[in-house]
Amino acid sequence: MQTLILIFVVLGLATIGYMSGRGRAILVSGGAPKTLHSLPSYYGTYSAFWIAIPALLVLTIWLFIEPKLIQAWVMGGLPDSLTGDLAADRLGLLLNDIRNLASGNIVSRDVDPALQAAADRLITLQAAGFWLMVALVVLVGIGGFLLARSRITPDLRARNSVERTVNIILIISSLIAILTTVGIVFSLIFESFRFFVQVPFYEFLFGLNWSPQTALRADQVGSSGAFGAVPLFMGTLLITLIAMAVAAPIGLMSAVYMAEYADPRFRAIAKPLLEVLAGIPTVVYGFFAALTVAPFFRNTGEAIGLDVASESALAAGVVMGIMIIPFVSSLSDDVINAVPQSLRDGSYGLGATKSETIRSVVVPAALPGIVGALLLATSRAIGETMIVVMAAGLAANLTLNPLEAVTTVTVQIVTLLVGDQEFDSAKTLSAFALGLVLFIVTLALNVIALSVVRKYREKYD
Amino acid sequence: MTDTTQHTPPGGRPRSSADAIKRPVLSGPHLARRYRTERIFKGLGLGAIMVAALILFILVGSIVSKGYSAFWQSYVHIDITFEREDFTDETGTITEESLARADYFTLIRGTLDELFPEAASDRQLRRKLYGIISPNADLALRHQVEADPEAYIGKTVPVWIKLSDDIDSVVKGYIDRNQPEDRRRVGNVELSWYDSFHKEGQIESFFNVDLFTHGDSREPEEAGILGALVGSILTLAVTLALSFPVGVMAAVYLEEFAPKNRWTDLIEVNINNLAAVPSIVFGLLGLAMFLNFFGLPRSAPLVGGMVLALITLPTIIIAARSALKAVPPSIREAALGIGASPLQTVTHHVLPLAMPGIMTGTIIGMAQALGETAPLLMIGMVAFIVDIPQGFTDPATVLPVQVYIWADSPERAFTERTSAAIMVLLGVLMLMNALAVILRKRFERRW
Repeated sequence: MQTLILIFVVLGLATIGYMSGRGRAILVSGGAPKTLHSLPSYYGTYSAFWIAIPALLVLTIWLFIEPKLIQAWVMGGLPDSLTGDLAADRLGLLLNDIRNLASGNIVSRDVDPALQAAADRLITLQAAGFWLMVALVVLVGIGGFLLARSRITPDLRARNSVERTVNIILIISSLIAILTTVGIVFSLIFESFRFFVQVPFYEFLFGLNWSPQTALRADQVGSSGAFGAVPLFMGTLLITLIAMAVAAPIGLMSAVYMAEYADPRFRAIAKPLLEVLAGIPTVVYGFFAALTVAPFFRNTGEAIGLDVASESALAAGVVMGIMIIPFVSSLSDDVINAVPQSLRDGSYGLGATKSETIRSVVVPAALPGIVGALLLATSRAIGETMIVVMAAGLAANLTLNPLEAVTTVTVQIVTLLVGDQEFDSAKTLSAFALGLVLFIVTLALNVIALSVVRKYREKYD
Repeated sequence: MTDTTQHTPPGGRPRSSADAIKRPVLSGPHLARRYRTERIFKGLGLGAIMVAALILFILVGSIVSKGYSAFWQSYVHIDITFEREDFTDETGTITEESLARADYFTLIRGTLDELFPEAASDRQLRRKLYGIISPNADLALRHQVEADPEAYIGKTVPVWIKLSDDIDSVVKGYIDRNQPEDRRRVGNVELSWYDSFHKEGQIESFFNVDLFTHGDSREPEEAGILGALVGSILTLAVTLALSFPVGVMAAVYLEEFAPKNRWTDLIEVNINNLAAVPSIVFGLLGLAMFLNFFGLPRSAPLVGGMVLALITLPTIIIAARSALKAVPPSIREAALGIGASPLQTVTHHVLPLAMPGIMTGTIIGMAQALGETAPLLMIGMVAFIVDIPQGFTDPATVLPVQVYIWADSPERAFTERTSAAIMVLLGVLMLMNALAVILRKRFERRW
């Protein structure tokens, strides 16, 4: 919160700098702004940039470095009796206790004077650090302001430097998308690598047994944990298949009807109605699946003598299918509409009925696009999380029976990572390996789907 | 039309494929069959849309029917005698402190004991008796008395006391009396007490204000969505502050300034792919990057907002680019023609004209962020938090996560509250989408 105020202070300074820079420019022009190289407002922006950019940069760097410096100082000041020759994780615990003591929380060990001294040190350092940061940021801001002010002359090419700076800022913004991808890839690969050091790569990909419980002591039962992810892949595949079995026919048929038969008034109602299905948060579908659909299937199964698990793959799959209907229908609608009218007219001219035209001319012509739409929907279903977390099972179960409970990749990622984690156990790290698989599979599906759709578009454009 | 006629030789069908074409049989019964197929096909299409609409109807209907009752909470009207000496300090005067220290708990329980003396002797029965009112009823009573001590102290005043969630379920008709006692959440004794209150007309339901003014709680009748709502607002504020400027600037660069080369192609492909990466992967990124590497606080709206900003960024960039693309080139040429620099052209003319489209895309992106759950589970926004978050680094949760937490709770009363929270969430989403539609209708310009 205090940092937020500081940011606003810097922005306020920049505003003052803008007005003063503008005034200064008019002043140096001798009351004739015409003689300036750029419009006066550019001189204002020039000063504002000189204030805000260095100050915010310093602030960011400070926020990044300060906690590490303070930590080093506090730990360095501790007597050897406390730190001794503790391992890294023990030191982390000690540091946590000092932090808790400083903020007045409960501490997990006896408070001796050395610990209290460290906590006091932490408090003073943090307070000093904050005020030092404020002083530094404001000083840098004022320095930038004075520098800009001294540079303002009628000959200063203010517009050119402002535009160059803006251009750089724009480029940086568009690079953030790349940075996100790089961040995803690196964090997944880094943590997965740590996992594969502990569990062999082939065991993860081809093992048939998944029970990620690692024990605290070596002599406990099941201490090793099994990390064969095949049951998860099969479970994901099963639920995705059920979902596509629901979404593909309903989505395609509604797209066909919408594009070929419906009159504009019906379309104007039906299209938004379908899109509402896409706008409903997935957690709502999860609730619906767990509390309405799953009991319904269970009771129906009981009535006809079938044993349906209360967390059956069927319930999760059907609800997921409902969720992706709009993806299939709106994407297919687009590709069907992109089929040139001349193809249809040719077919009608040969005497074909409307449905014959659709089945033997329009759909084959639109097939690549439809396949692309189905692939995108599949990738959406594979990555969907909340529905399966709430409605599918937790235990890995290698089966293709849709009436039984199965678990999926996303369910396991959530169950492994929700709650407290220790970041060196194979159990936690396995979630990142699963995430890596998920990322690669969905990325591949998307790339294929997008290239198929794009090629198809080019054909008719 | 012209395309196909070009390829067909004039005055006849292409001779080479003549053998492949089957002559249709145009006899009567055959034609009837073809028309029937036609009707069936059309019916299937209409049927598919109807099925989708029906499912939507069932989905909303099941949530509303499960959740509407959560907007009411039952209270019992009982006479409580406020003895003056219970509220005074040693000197016999009533001060703020003595009011706060008074034992409202015993006051309510004593009144119940007097009403049902048969329970007073048996410890287990007494516990059951106290269980019919909300465990936090004393707090509410204290606030009432503190607000106006004169109206209560030294008098016998009828007071509304909040009932526990189980009795509330009885009032709402969720408890089946025909079931055997051991399979019911409410025992026979409690039911008889409820009946005696009910006969006297002492039980009434009021609008459940606490649902909107309380944070989470283990007691369903005390639990509210305010904490989650505030958490959602804080998180969305961070998301908007990050993704709107960055998204618009990236779109402006890619659409207006970027040279067409391999690098910008890469960025484009990248943005399209990011839009389709499962949101849970962004959660993993947030956990590994923001929490473990940068050491930002867990469960904080700040981190949640950052993760959601990365998720909504592609949506906003894509929407902003199409809005910029829709501005006709003549506008740019006119501005450039009278001597504006490229940046001036964009900031003075193109961007203001594209703004309604960009805003629409941003609102849709924010609606998407508001409904997002899975990535927030990864960064720990799933903790049980009673306090209303005060700032961006306080532990918080958001509405959809609150739905997830409550959906996991076994109590019947939490199910109806989950549905109520969903109704609030859907209501907010509907408002946001309506706003987007209005913006589009009101400001969209066709060139």
